Amino acid sequence: MRSSLIMAALVVLALAAPFAVYPVLLMTILCFALFAASFNLLLGYVGLLSFGHAMFFGGGAYITGYLVRDLKWPMELGLVGAVVVALIAGLFLGTIAIRRQGIYFAMITLAFSQMIYFIFLQAPFTGGENGLQGIPRTPLLGILPVETAFSFYYAVLVAVGLGLLLIYRIVYSPFGELLRAIRDNAVRVDSLGFDVNRHKILAFTLSAALAAFAGGLKALVFQFAPLADVSWTVSGEVILMTLLGGLGTFSGPLFGAAIIILLNDTLSSAGEWALVLQGVIFLIVLVFFRTGFVGLLSRTKIIKLV
Amino acid sequence: MMAQAAQQTQPDTPGREAEDYVLVADGISKQFGGFKAVDTVTLKVRRGSIHALIGPNGAGKTTCFNLLTKTLSLTSGSIVLNGRDISHLTSSQVARCGLVRSFQISAIFPKMTVLENMRVALQRKAGRSYRFWQPLSTIASLDAEAKHLLSRVQLADSHDTLAGTLSYGKKRALEIVTTLALNPEVMLLDEPTAGMGHEDIEPITELIRDSAKGRTVLMVEHNMSIVAGICDRITVLQHGKTLAEGSYEAISADERVISAYIGGNA
Repeated sequence: MRSSLIMAALVVLALAAPFAVYPVLLMTILCFALFAASFNLLLGYVGLLSFGHAMFFGGGAYITGYLVRDLKWPMELGLVGAVVVALIAGLFLGTIAIRRQGIYFAMITLAFSQMIYFIFLQAPFTGGENGLQGIPRTPLLGILPVETAFSFYYAVLVAVGLGLLLIYRIVYSPFGELLRAIRDNAVRVDSLGFDVNRHKILAFTLSAALAAFAGGLKALVFQFAPLADVSWTVSGEVILMTLLGGLGTFSGPLFGAAIIILLNDTLSSAGEWALVLQGVIFLIVLVFFRTGFVGLLSRTKIIKLV
Repeated sequence: MMAQAAQQTQPDTPGREAEDYVLVADGISKQFGGFKAVDTVTLKVRRGSIHALIGPNGAGKTTCFNLLTKTLSLTSGSIVLNGRDISHLTSSQVARCGLVRSFQISAIFPKMTVLENMRVALQRKAGRSYRFWQPLSTIASLDAEAKHLLSRVQLADSHDTLAGTLSYGKKRALEIVTTLALNPEVMLLDEPTAGMGHEDIEPITELIRDSAKGRTVLMVEHNMSIVAGICDRITVLQHGKTLAEGSYEAISADERVISAYIGGNA
């Protein structure tokens, strides 16, 4: 009862938000929230630290941009294209990376993301350092114009909502239960006769596809796919968002993304000092509030978040 | 010492060759660098028996276990389960063939509830573990069986307890009952009562005896009163080799076994 009230309040808040807050900022938060949630699916629920998740996020942005701008696809199909490419890339790269664990897994994903960074830097359609610019926003479903940020916000809200629902479904599915068991004790899962690696690869592939979806949405929001989105700094930032919000909780990455984006926005005038402050906040959270923002909130007993 | 080790017993007398063996390890070895942890051990486990693997520390019992479940790969030799050669399968494939093990350190899922622990094991046979698009309610049908199994080990009132917070004895019980949930044809228990207090040993022994009905159990065990009480057949390992094999009475009267345990290194 209480949780459904909170849900209803959140929906109303999300619908009313663009009247009070700059819609582009809200859409940025939404895209990064979905990205962080997809990353958390791996780190929080399987215990796999990918240090190259920007390759899927930024890659999704490039693929969507290329399909919509150069091949004149409608934007919905552009997103589908990015998801399909990420599914294939995630399956391929995941199958290789999953053979190693811990720091080696992280390093393999970092190596892949560096390779992909240079591919996008050099590829003819990406605009090199300048990024892929001038992505048109085609009418939604071919009829509804979404040229303005205000109208497009609602489309992004629905898309991110669907993405988050899918992640919720995955986490609380028979598969999700297996993933948590793998995170807890992979050797035991293996000895019970499950193919641990196959479950990990499926989780990696799903996470890659959802990250690409988030990246594609962001490209449509800014009508621009920047090179920075495939760089390792974005891979690092998503780790930050997830840990700050609360690892392995459903709502944690959403809060984490919102905090980091709002912080960057408010402190943008402070230049480099924004990063210093980000570092300080991150340290305080890791040292004193290991369970992140959501854990802190749950401790107050006012609200219990999952 | 060397002469004694080389004097391997041939476990089978000719009259017993027609017996029904569910698990046969033929001359299995494991070499770590220059050290042979398990050296051409032959082990035949009769269907429906409770078979104990004993021996002094460092005799190679756990390594032997790891070889049988393919947690470690064989250096040489072969393993046949139910007439099927499993020497080249992976550990999870071996488990799917019906040979499931427990571990020396309680192998549970500490951050999941007791009921979830059971449900993970039961998911194996339900075969839905890749279904990421279905809600958890689709496997709620497994809960009844999970609860039934938990009631056998006095965990019925701990369904929602995080497994990591259980007492040591209950963790071991949970692990064994998770293994049982797979209804394995052969169950391998690695020191099921290790580190347990007196009050916990009796129920676990009862559980093993009870769960051995209709299946085969191979266990590593140090507690001789348990071995004497429930095991039909015993294999003694020393220095990675088979020292003796037989019933408890025969083993306990065997001079080589006595010297291995008392003054074995003389």
